[in-house]
Amino acid sequence: MDIASVLLGGCAAGMVLFIVSVGLSVTMGLMGFVNLAHGGFAMLGGYTMVLAMKHAGLGFGAALALAFVAVAALAVVLERTLYARLYGAGELDQVLFTIGLVFIMIPAITLAVGPETQTVPLPGWMRGETDLGFLRYRTYSLVVIAVGVLLVLALWLGFERTRFGARIRAAVDNRRMAASLGVDVGRLFTVTFGIGSGLAAVGGGLGAEILGLDPNYALRYLAYFLIVVAVGGLGRIVGVFYAALLIGVLDFLLKIHFPKGGTMFIYALTLVLLLVRPQGLFGKRGA
Amino acid sequence: MKKFAWGCALAFALASGAAQAQTVKIGVVLTYTGVGAEFAQQIDRGMQLFLKLNPEAFGPCRPEIVRRDAKNPGGADAKTAAQELITQDKVDIVTGVIYSSNAIAMEPVITAAKKPFLIMNAGTAWITNLSPVIARVSFSMWHAGYSLGEAVVKTLGAKTAVIGYTDYPPGKDSLVAFKAAFEKAGGKVLDEIPMGGPGAVPDFTPFFQRAKDRKPDVFFVFVPSGDHAVAVVKTYHALGMRQAGIRLVGPGDITPDHKLQQMGNDAVGLITMHHYNADLDNPVNRRFVDAWRKEWGPGATPDFMAVQGYDGMAAIAHAVRANNCRVTAENFIAALRGWKFDSPRGPIMIDPATRDIVMNEYLSEVVRVGDRLVQKTLAVVPAVKDMCKELKVDRCGK
Repeated sequence: MDIASVLLGGCAAGMVLFIVSVGLSVTMGLMGFVNLAHGGFAMLGGYTMVLAMKHAGLGFGAALALAFVAVAALAVVLERTLYARLYGAGELDQVLFTIGLVFIMIPAITLAVGPETQTVPLPGWMRGETDLGFLRYRTYSLVVIAVGVLLVLALWLGFERTRFGARIRAAVDNRRMAASLGVDVGRLFTVTFGIGSGLAAVGGGLGAEILGLDPNYALRYLAYFLIVVAVGGLGRIVGVFYAALLIGVLDFLLKIHFPKGGTMFIYALTLVLLLVRPQGLFGKRGA
Repeated sequence: MKKFAWGCALAFALASGAAQAQTVKIGVVLTYTGVGAEFAQQIDRGMQLFLKLNPEAFGPCRPEIVRRDAKNPGGADAKTAAQELITQDKVDIVTGVIYSSNAIAMEPVITAAKKPFLIMNAGTAWITNLSPVIARVSFSMWHAGYSLGEAVVKTLGAKTAVIGYTDYPPGKDSLVAFKAAFEKAGGKVLDEIPMGGPGAVPDFTPFFQRAKDRKPDVFFVFVPSGDHAVAVVKTYHALGMRQAGIRLVGPGDITPDHKLQQMGNDAVGLITMHHYNADLDNPVNRRFVDAWRKEWGPGATPDFMAVQGYDGMAAIAHAVRANNCRVTAENFIAALRGWKFDSPRGPIMIDPATRDIVMNEYLSEVVRVGDRLVQKTLAVVPAVKDMCKELKVDRCGK
């Protein structure tokens, strides 16, 4: 088995997982709000991108940017009008509300667009294979990996090196302390929620070629997004990054060697990990 | 006076009985929503087109169609649908069914009610052995699988193969059928890869990577038609398997007619074995495709499921008429044994012994003609029976 191609294939899937999940990790860390509709935002992003390319004739990059903006805007509106009402509510209420939102999104998309899987009209240069010198590999996977790496760098810099990032980190670590030091946690959350959902939209669009895109997307990959966050730790960008790559590569490897039910091991490993380290592989204890 | 009243009542009962017999209720179970919605549309339109083009087919009988949504391939909803059709709607015939898993779940209910069950798709070979009330106008996975296993050795000169299949009954069927014929013809199967379930389109990359590493002459793939097929062709191209000298072959499910143009150049060179494609050159098919485009728009294309819906309605019309509008499971099936029809897919017959279909299989290659992709027939295998029952392999020998 060719190790390089396994790593590349797994990393591409892992990058998509990272881009979608990172927003979930930060918003969950900030507010302790379990947003099960996060995968739904990724799905809406995918649809925005594909429909913009097919019907408005937008290019790949422009359509992806549009997906980010449109979904981020929608998320901010939803956060202000609906989510904000549930911050004081119990976890069960929050979970029921967000999963209900998913069940509205699925038939809404089916009604508006149709039940079929959407294909992404990729530009010519992204199709086929690229010669890397030591190996020929699927061009699109390489594009996804490149975009993923750039996003990680940008997010890491924004998170670790800006004032805004420092506020988020402070609020994740101790919300009440941050608030008492004058950080407007509510507004911080709205902005973060918008950016996180926008990133999910980018992940949905970028990943549509690999993970597929149909109305059930929002539920199908939900478990994976949650696993990535659980393993990576709440509000930890680098942690989520490693966790996503780990799960992407592991999933790819298991599918190659145990195509029948190999993914079972991922769930089992997650279970064991959470028993041993409830805060995740990269999370801080008590965060 | 009393006698007169009784006579009247009797006459009335007879008359209303006769009037009722004019109507034949046909219960159709298809996945009208969810992952199988596109297939349901093809079959449903095929049925409608038959009724439209052949208004006299039912003679004095009046067909009434009752539609029920099977929702998903899971079986449970399809079973409930069959139950409701029989107990509430009192249908005379149950038909439709995209997924084998649904047909298998529905069978006990229909057999218990002694209703005829005409299958318009569900291709798991042994389904027709489940009950004497079943007949099938579609295909068994063995029709294409077995014929293709022979053809890749004899026509394409392949010696080694890797098999990838969607992990559910028709996928396993297709695997066994292809393998049986391929090995009998002297080929060697290097690997068998289950590739997820029918409910959702998986990421095929890891499975195809594994197939590529084995370096076979041909990669035989069975997946449900439609979106799975689009993803297969895309992944095959993206991993450069063609350049690596591996030919992608499969039953016609991987080149569904209504998705073919959307697949673009990635599909050129695909080799399939199937009982229908919209480009088949015969007068019945030309008429059928023209009527289809007139009815559903110039961009619409019928695929094999559409033809199965069309032929299925033809079979029902024949059996209903032959029994003067009063069907039972026995007389319906009896009328279909040996029934012959000139279908858009060529001549077809219901095998009197197995109640399954006998039809031609076409080996075709996707080629580009102008700006359209077209399936070019390379060879015809005439009057193919379900080899699973001929060879009595496992459950097909009962």
